Amino acid sequence: MTLILGLRRPHLRRPQSKHHQSKHHQSKPHLNSAQSAAGQSLTRRASLSIGALVCAFSFSAATAQEPVRLGFMDPLSGTFASVGTSGLNVLEFAADYFYNSKGGILGGRMIEIVPLDNKQSPTETQLQFRRAVSEELRIIFQGNSSAVANTLNQTISKHNRRNAGQEVLQINYAAVDPILTNEECSFWHFRFDAHAVMKLDVLTDFIAMNDELSSVYIIGQDYSFGQVVADNTIRLLGEKRPDIEIVGNEFHPIGQVKDFTPYVTKIASSGADAVVTGNFGADMVSLARSIIDSGLDVPIYTFYAAYDGITATLGADGKDRIRLIHTDRANPLASDERRDFYKAFKTKHPNSDITQSRLANALMMVVQAMEQSQSTDPYDIAVQLEDMRFTSIAGDELWMRGEDHQLFQPLYISKQTDEGIEFDADNSGFGLLTEYEVGTSETITEHSCRMRRPRR
Amino acid sequence: MKKQLPVWLGFALALVFLPSIFDSVLGISILNQMTIWIIFALSYNMLLGQGGMLSFGHAVYFGLGGFMSVHALNLIADEVLVFSITLIPLVGGAVGLVAAIFIGSFSTRKSGTVFAMISLGIGELIVASSLIFADFFGGEAGVTGDRTYGPPFFGIEFLQDAEVYYLGAFWLFVATLFMYLFTQTPAGRMANAVRDNPERAEFIGYSTRRVRFISFCAAGLFAGIAGGLFAINYEFITEENLNALTSGRVLLMAYIGGLGFFIGPIVGAVILTLMNSLLSNYSEMWMLYLGIMFLLTVIFLPRGFAGFIMMHQIAWQNRRLGTLILPYFVTAVPALVFLAAFVGLVELSHKGDDILPFFGLSLGAESMLSWGILLALAGIGALGVKLSRPRLAAAWALANTPTADDRGDVR
Amino acid sequence: MFEVFVFATLNGLVTGLLLFMLASGLTLIFSMMGVLNFAHASFYMLGAYFAYTLSAYLGFWGGLLFAPLIVGCIGAAVERYGLRRVHQSGHVAELVFTFGLAFLIEEAVQFFWGRDTKNYQSPELFDFALFTLFGQEFSAYRGFMIAIACLIFGALYFVLTRSRVGIIIQASISHPQTVANLGHNVPLIFMCVFGVGTALAGVAGVIAGPVLTTFPGMATVLGSIVFVVVVIGGLGSLPGALIASLLVGLLQSYAIAADVGMPELLHLLGLSFDSSHPLNDLWTLNLPQIAPVLPYLLLVLVLIFKPTGLMGNREQ
Repeated sequence: MTLILGLRRPHLRRPQSKHHQSKHHQSKPHLNSAQSAAGQSLTRRASLSIGALVCAFSFSAATAQEPVRLGFMDPLSGTFASVGTSGLNVLEFAADYFYNSKGGILGGRMIEIVPLDNKQSPTETQLQFRRAVSEELRIIFQGNSSAVANTLNQTISKHNRRNAGQEVLQINYAAVDPILTNEECSFWHFRFDAHAVMKLDVLTDFIAMNDELSSVYIIGQDYSFGQVVADNTIRLLGEKRPDIEIVGNEFHPIGQVKDFTPYVTKIASSGADAVVTGNFGADMVSLARSIIDSGLDVPIYTFYAAYDGITATLGADGKDRIRLIHTDRANPLASDERRDFYKAFKTKHPNSDITQSRLANALMMVVQAMEQSQSTDPYDIAVQLEDMRFTSIAGDELWMRGEDHQLFQPLYISKQTDEGIEFDADNSGFGLLTEYEVGTSETITEHSCRMRRPRR
Repeated sequence: MKKQLPVWLGFALALVFLPSIFDSVLGISILNQMTIWIIFALSYNMLLGQGGMLSFGHAVYFGLGGFMSVHALNLIADEVLVFSITLIPLVGGAVGLVAAIFIGSFSTRKSGTVFAMISLGIGELIVASSLIFADFFGGEAGVTGDRTYGPPFFGIEFLQDAEVYYLGAFWLFVATLFMYLFTQTPAGRMANAVRDNPERAEFIGYSTRRVRFISFCAAGLFAGIAGGLFAINYEFITEENLNALTSGRVLLMAYIGGLGFFIGPIVGAVILTLMNSLLSNYSEMWMLYLGIMFLLTVIFLPRGFAGFIMMHQIAWQNRRLGTLILPYFVTAVPALVFLAAFVGLVELSHKGDDILPFFGLSLGAESMLSWGILLALAGIGALGVKLSRPRLAAAWALANTPTADDRGDVR
Repeated sequence: MFEVFVFATLNGLVTGLLLFMLASGLTLIFSMMGVLNFAHASFYMLGAYFAYTLSAYLGFWGGLLFAPLIVGCIGAAVERYGLRRVHQSGHVAELVFTFGLAFLIEEAVQFFWGRDTKNYQSPELFDFALFTLFGQEFSAYRGFMIAIACLIFGALYFVLTRSRVGIIIQASISHPQTVANLGHNVPLIFMCVFGVGTALAGVAGVIAGPVLTTFPGMATVLGSIVFVVVVIGGLGSLPGALIASLLVGLLQSYAIAADVGMPELLHLLGLSFDSSHPLNDLWTLNLPQIAPVLPYLLLVLVLIFKPTGLMGNREQ
């Protein structure tokens, strides 16, 4: 009774997750070997199936090596599930493609990704964190929602301070609130995405380059990220093109607006030449649709207006209008290695896209840190990650600054179109074509981090 | 009350010894959750079960109590205030009470749908303002605090969750005791009366409005205490803890447990906390299972799980409870088989090309054999339940028939 | 200024009528059967998703015709096999039932259609601008939405007040026993009313899906506002629901369009506070920020001063 076994284990004893795992391995010998022999593809849910694979290996190999378990905490159910699930797919696939299929890491250990569904709720994040601690997961990948990232950061800081020797590392792959590597920076937190101000710096450069624009309308969700976008757009545009007029600065409650047409009315009557927004999810789609439906032919500069059905829904109407600032070059892809990776992913997940290859970068850097220190201890990994220079499979130069644990990488601006697209989004024929790029060294910004380093 | 002394003693003992049984980090975390939600659900039942007031905005008092408590923690850490964090739930309770007094002053005039809708409106307004007034509410990231900086309580600094558990258990015991005592007071009794027949209550001279108001304030007080406990446990709070979803959750807990019984919400809180914590770890489809569970509970167990347990009271008095064990077992086994097969079917259809481990078998979505096995099991289970039901019904009827005593009395 | 007002009125009209399409079904179910149907917005979502799938084979019009029928049948089945049994256990039981149903439907939708946003487009027939006012287009599809909503109101009002069926329905709600004694099949009537109510929600979904985006969270977004509208309008009143919907839609639209707020009010009163004031968030508040919560404020005010709602004639 897997369900009941799973339930009993944590309650009756101290976490002996290793025993839990081996108990599963032995319970199903024949069918698994037969199935692996039949050449079935490696499974997506690594938790139990990788264990089975290890079991199969153990028939031939001398000992079953313990897997390296990494936690992935993101919404995997509920309204925000599509982003979390696509991230999980990328991470699991990257683990298999780069490491598990080639014999594993640290002398033959497989990587196992343990999903932790936090439903994008800070409260649930707390519970899942305790579960992670209970299962001795020392490294947690997390990205969605800066609010959650903040909560996790604070929880981890307290936990690490109170439980020396059982520290947990937070690998932030998508939460872009600048404070995580400034006021709230922590030795145990590493951010692998460019934060909001870095991205805005590049975006405003791009806007400033466009001589035809003379007015900009800013609209965003009324919370910290939306406010950061608004404040910094105004500041940076003011520095680079003081002649561009900010004709609107609108905030709307997050996730509450059903129809953006009233807001679009204001945009239209303001005579803006361009719209800048940090909206994501349903708010982004609705806003873009309303703008397009109203016949407003203005470019829309966004952070998150692609993938997860958004590109398909905007389709031809969004052509040459939607622009995004992002990491990891879109079409044309930068290297054949990247191309192969993408193709292999599409074979396994034909209805998904690699929306966040940062995860693969993060994984690879963490693994390199492990290999360099020959350890899976978070402190050792953190020490290795600081100031690490790494070249991604796309040829991007990545540098993790040790002072604030912020990664620097090239940034790209792409537009939605169907011309010149090798890898489209949502199988829609439309995808992102990269028009502008900025090298790593030009994205470096200052920080105000005063990091308290652990005494070791 | 004297008869119930062993019950309370048992309760206290259980609280003391539970963490020794479930001593993993996860187990303690779940127990801590339960202490919070049990108090919250019991406070909600004061409104709904005992007072007949359906509220969609009860989380407001929980949340406001929690926010103030986190701010209090910060003030303690900054040494602006100095008192032990063990008293924080009182801060939460005070805030909950004040908020309830303020909001109850206009919302308890009517009961029924009007009251429910006002509570919904107020709830939404407060959630909205919590996002606007970022200074007090901290925006969407909420407010964080640290419980370890206050004056130590007999040397304990509450660094560990297990230490916090005992604090939570203490407050749980105290709160439960007081909420139970409330039901024994005239105010509590009149709340029942107003629920059942407001007109008659007015006729004997009680103001239904005032009675409702008192219940409302008491419920707000205890919800605030639960909020304070939340603040100590998690050292943070966000607008999520004020919103309609949280209110909905506590409503469900009270209902599933059984509205008509004092222990109903306790049962409901325990069940839903377990399901929430553990179910989502094992399946992505947990919402589906939860939804089905609600539907089935509402259809088959309208008086909740506590109601189900209490249904056996007559059989127990007749001393025929033992006769029910075998029929239950005979029905339960095929029912469990059906349940397992159903879960298997749902999970399998969701797996894609992964393997589903099922009681020692590995099933794949591609293989017809897997589907066949599951469907067969489901069929067998359903058939088994259907065949054994008459027997169960007969045993039930027999168990509920009054027995003739040795003195010829009918019990 | 004038153009903003005109468009704000138009937008408010569209939003309001959209809300009405959704609320019309709930008026029937909630006002008349007393069922707090929290799954109403889920039927709306089902309507949109079914229409999305059907429109791939039968075009938009096929979707418009058949999707509400399917949703209505599902609704009738829910009433017949679920709600009816729960009805005797009281209002809270019905509530929990519909809660569970809402969970179930949301999960089922994600299960069958996936979690991403669906590309459900309005028909090309309406892909032109009905008129262009002050540089902004008013798409013909929105005109179509307005027309359909008015049609629904007209048809419902006529059926309920002028036709025999409507009279029987109204009678069954207040005096079910008498109506049953007169030989009418009251359970059947309730089942049909529920089915029609959910079918109306389905129609709203079919029509609004392209405009309000078809994604798994679409029920949650509209879930509570539709209750607000029905209660403001008054239980048991269809015209009340229409007025309340329009009121809510226009209120929100004007609030968003009006770029005023606390700073202007303070200026008027001759007060000013600097940004370090503890209540700074309040002093910098402006109307567009709070626009989506104005309906709830209205709800609370209406319920305090007129508990039966604007046009309601009975309390629950």
